[in-house]
Amino acid sequence: MALKDSIAWYHFSAPKNFYPLAGKVIPWFWGLTIALLLVGLYLSFFVAPTDYKQGESYRIIYIHVPAAWMSMLIYLVMAIYAIIGLAWKVRLADMMASALAPTGAMFTFLALWTGAFWGKPTWGTYWVWDARLTSELILLFLYIGFISLQSAIDDPRRAAKASGLLAIVGVINLPIIYFSVQWWNTLHQGASVSPTMAPKMATIMLTTMLIMTFAFWMYTIVIVLMRVRRIILERERQTSWVMELFGAEASGEKDEKGERK
Amino acid sequence: MSDGVLTSGRQRGLFAAWRAMLVRDLTLAMRRRADVLTSLFFFVIVVSLFPLGVSPEMAVLRGIAPGVIWVAALLATMLSLGRMFADDHQDGSLEQTLLLPHPLSMLVLGKVLAHWLVSGLPLVLLSPLLGMQLGLEGEAIGLLMVTLLLGTPVLSLIGATGAALTLGVRGGGVLVSLLVLPLYIPVLIFGTGAVDAGISGMDYEGHLSLLGAFLVMALLTTPLATAAALRISVE
Repeated sequence: MALKDSIAWYHFSAPKNFYPLAGKVIPWFWGLTIALLLVGLYLSFFVAPTDYKQGESYRIIYIHVPAAWMSMLIYLVMAIYAIIGLAWKVRLADMMASALAPTGAMFTFLALWTGAFWGKPTWGTYWVWDARLTSELILLFLYIGFISLQSAIDDPRRAAKASGLLAIVGVINLPIIYFSVQWWNTLHQGASVSPTMAPKMATIMLTTMLIMTFAFWMYTIVIVLMRVRRIILERERQTSWVMELFGAEASGEKDEKGERK
Repeated sequence: MSDGVLTSGRQRGLFAAWRAMLVRDLTLAMRRRADVLTSLFFFVIVVSLFPLGVSPEMAVLRGIAPGVIWVAALLATMLSLGRMFADDHQDGSLEQTLLLPHPLSMLVLGKVLAHWLVSGLPLVLLSPLLGMQLGLEGEAIGLLMVTLLLGTPVLSLIGATGAALTLGVRGGGVLVSLLVLPLYIPVLIFGTGAVDAGISGMDYEGHLSLLGAFLVMALLTTPLATAAALRISVE
């Protein structure tokens, strides 16, 4: 049984076999994303109670907190894929790492943006040099560094290796940066505003937040699978299976041009 | 027996290679003194812009002095990172270095030390002058020098990894700052933090200990990352 499983694992780590598998599961994850998003948004707008201190404006945390969680989770997953890609030379892992980065950057930006919108009515300012905000901003810089290094190198294999190494260096540094920023903050600002939520959160609020997190998670899977399929096609365009795939669809030798039309 | 002889011979060889790398890089830097002086003057000019841009009031300047000098040191280090491997890469000597029988990370350490001696140490030596310009006094200036002495080697070490990753890459000069500056943040925080704490009469030993810890950690880990990055870039 275990042997069988491991064979399937190796089987699908080949881009050629992963491409159709990803294509098959994408609709299912789309379904999950939309269902969770509908339920989550309904709960967050109509069911979750109004906060007694912050009023209605607090409801943006149902986007904000899941986005912030996802931004950190994605960086971690990206670094794990980078390690797998560098250590075992699994091409698919490199492709997954590069497919994850834009979505991670998007969630980081979303977390910062919604945080600013939440901060204005709650703290009276869009931006505070608070430890969490600052670390989230630095996380955005790390994502941008990863993406720009990857796009600056023309050779895709070298680009994958170099950016993978950068992701690993970044993930080692993240906790150091986080704790430094936290200490810096307590030294500079004392106890001013803090984005920590009320310690006792209503169960419905927590449930809603978790549902939204799972919605974002499923969305990430969908988008990353779609993006990785594109990356597979782009990097494997010289191989016979890609030519066959598009040969069958466009019924011509000029697969790329035929596909675009 | 013969194995032991071989090992000690190897080790002596490693040290000789390490020293040769250091001397070579220092000689090259001394032959192109203008490059070194450029980043040093850059450091001075950036610091001098702040009184013009912010305020000539000594009280204001004293408050921002540690941060200004540290940020300028960060930028000046950044400016000189391109030199670390680019010339060697261009004339092919980097590939020869990779072929040596010695651990690449040790040779990298020699190059980084040369880089620090040429572009980090002068910043440390120049900082008292700039500190006085910005109104810092005795103890604070000494503290500033100590933090820079502990911190600038970390900047060179981390910067080496960034320089190796962007070797021969389009727009590598700008890219390296994007990669490396976020990683410099902890050093900046504790470097300026120590001086600020010293000025306001608080305990600064914790900051210095952390800076020292960063230095040790960077010494242990970044040469390995830099060596890996060099192999990726050159292969």
